[in-house]
Amino acid sequence: MKAEQQYIDLYRQCKEMIAAHSAEAMNALREQAFADFQRMGFPTRKVEKYKYTDVAKLFEPDYGLNLNRLDIPVNPADAFKCDVPNMSTSLYFMLNDGFDRRDLPKASLPDGVLVGSLRELTATHPELAARYGKLADTSRDAVTALNTMLAQDGLLIYVPKDVVVERPIQVVNLLRSAVDFMVNRRVLIVLEDGAQARLLMCDHAMDRVKFLATQVIEVFVGKDAVFDLYELEETHNNTVRFSNLYVHQEAGSNVLLNSMTLHNGTTRNTAEVTLDGRGAEVQMLGMAIEDKQQQVDNNTFIDHRASDCTSNELYKYVLDDSAVGAFAGKVLVREGAQRTSSQQTNRNLCATREARMYTQPQLEIYADDVKCSHGATVGQLDENALFYMRQRGIGEREARLLLMFAFVNEVVDQIRLDALKDRLHLLVEKRFRGELNKCQGCVICK
Amino acid sequence: MLEIRDLHASINGKEILKGINLTVKTGEVHAIMGPNGSGKSTLSNVLVGHPAYEVTRGSVTFNGKNLLEMSPEDRSHEGLFLSFQYPVEIPGVSMVNFMRTAVNEKRKYLGLEPLNASEFLKLMREKRAVVELDNKLANRSVNEGFSGGEKKRNEIFQMAMLEPKLSILDETDSGLDIDALRIVAEGVNKLKTSETSCIVITHYQRLLDYIKPDIVHVLYKGRIVKTAGPELALELEERGYDWIKAENNG
Repeated sequence: MKAEQQYIDLYRQCKEMIAAHSAEAMNALREQAFADFQRMGFPTRKVEKYKYTDVAKLFEPDYGLNLNRLDIPVNPADAFKCDVPNMSTSLYFMLNDGFDRRDLPKASLPDGVLVGSLRELTATHPELAARYGKLADTSRDAVTALNTMLAQDGLLIYVPKDVVVERPIQVVNLLRSAVDFMVNRRVLIVLEDGAQARLLMCDHAMDRVKFLATQVIEVFVGKDAVFDLYELEETHNNTVRFSNLYVHQEAGSNVLLNSMTLHNGTTRNTAEVTLDGRGAEVQMLGMAIEDKQQQVDNNTFIDHRASDCTSNELYKYVLDDSAVGAFAGKVLVREGAQRTSSQQTNRNLCATREARMYTQPQLEIYADDVKCSHGATVGQLDENALFYMRQRGIGEREARLLLMFAFVNEVVDQIRLDALKDRLHLLVEKRFRGELNKCQGCVICK
Repeated sequence: MLEIRDLHASINGKEILKGINLTVKTGEVHAIMGPNGSGKSTLSNVLVGHPAYEVTRGSVTFNGKNLLEMSPEDRSHEGLFLSFQYPVEIPGVSMVNFMRTAVNEKRKYLGLEPLNASEFLKLMREKRAVVELDNKLANRSVNEGFSGGEKKRNEIFQMAMLEPKLSILDETDSGLDIDALRIVAEGVNKLKTSETSCIVITHYQRLLDYIKPDIVHVLYKGRIVKTAGPELALELEERGYDWIKAENNG
């Protein structure tokens, strides 16, 4: 049986149930998404964009879903010890795909700022509901189509015009289930003109079952708005993550996207950024530390549609054991996008002969006054540096660790939240020292 | 302190050292001179345990211990230091972090408690003064963006931090202007005690004007072919190496 069939059958059998437990705005797009999914099917590895991830195989297992929205009797705040403490964030929990209302932080958000359930907030805010699905085109990506056809809830964040959210917002996504389980989470983020916010999203898998989580994030960034999105994955080896991120930036906006895979099973992150107004800037950072059989595939696409925009990309991987990493980054500079500045860098360390890294930078330029560069390297630790350190009395293991921290810290150091940066330095060190074999925050699997 | 007996070593199957005999006593300064390609750098690399070199014959004892059996880091902990001819840049590893790790690993080896942050910074300040190393450099990544002179000064600073028993200075004078040479040499002299020894590897007499050797050796084609007092360095400066070559090729 083709991997698609069980999802097609599932949708046909359960579409009333799915719709009954969701919102009008989300239901409105399901039929089209379903048609798109049926037409496309899962991409094979012959599809350039998915060359390094065997999507169909990952969707083949029989996962349970909670389409009936049965309540999961657990308080995430009790079960979870935050891995980024003392950060004074506005802390929220997502349990699978649902926004958790227990233990909500004391209202520290400025007036008009919304953080809550996508299902509920789209019902009460039609102007936000109208944005749902506008960036995530179901006709171009099967995972986005599948997510749109099955997702019932998720997160919505709204920041009104010129409002600055000083305190970072932290959303902890917890995967919980007693059986092998699929989650389809949806996130909609809207920053109006001049708004500012910073969001940290942490992914954790709390139970020892197989998880498959798809996530589609749509981010609208208005004129001169500033937005930071840090994503930190600390799941276990039996977790499959598909995250499709779509960002639309207007003139003068400034966005930082940092995707950090600290521990995982199989991860595929797609990020598409559209620079759609003069002078917009995006900085995309990514880091993956992998060992055992772990896989991380980052696929980025930056669309320079307007003049005087800047994009900077830096992705770094450290691969040990039989880990596999992939990075494909495409930058498109459209006609008329003059004075574009774009830089893309992907650097990778393979610690063993079995570790594999695939890297594919792509530049497509249709404007003449641009400054674009890209570079990719795959290599080993510098043997001369190692020997130099050993001559000074630093043992080989310690010397290797110091060089590996130094390697990924280039990404960590660009975090614009000091507390998070400090914490990440520590987590990275723990990860390399082998003290982070499971997600650090799990009280349950300790 | 150091006893080298009939040392043979090769790299990629090519024999470079062909039977070195050398004894360095506590408190002595030895100079090793010789033309290019005679094996001077190979000797220093073999002594500190560079993995690219293979020792095929002979023995080296360091304060009574078999040096050749030790890992490079243990040789360092035992008090052996090499000032590299080409110090390595290590981007992303701060000098402070690097030195703190090195100092505390050595203390651990010696069974001492690690230094706490304030003790360590005090030590850094003190030792920096020895070679007039700028605080700005100490806050940067190891050797990254340092000038040639700064790198060599940084080597001597690390030597001051680690307080080795035997220091090998491998062409520490190369790439230095007169002022930098003086500062580096004065640094070495300040660190010299009757308990420590030094091997200075150099092409020129120039460095030996500052660091006075007790014994001068000439290395040629992988063997020590001449050993004498400091006057040998002066003679080499005057006459070059041709007469040595002639004596040994004949």
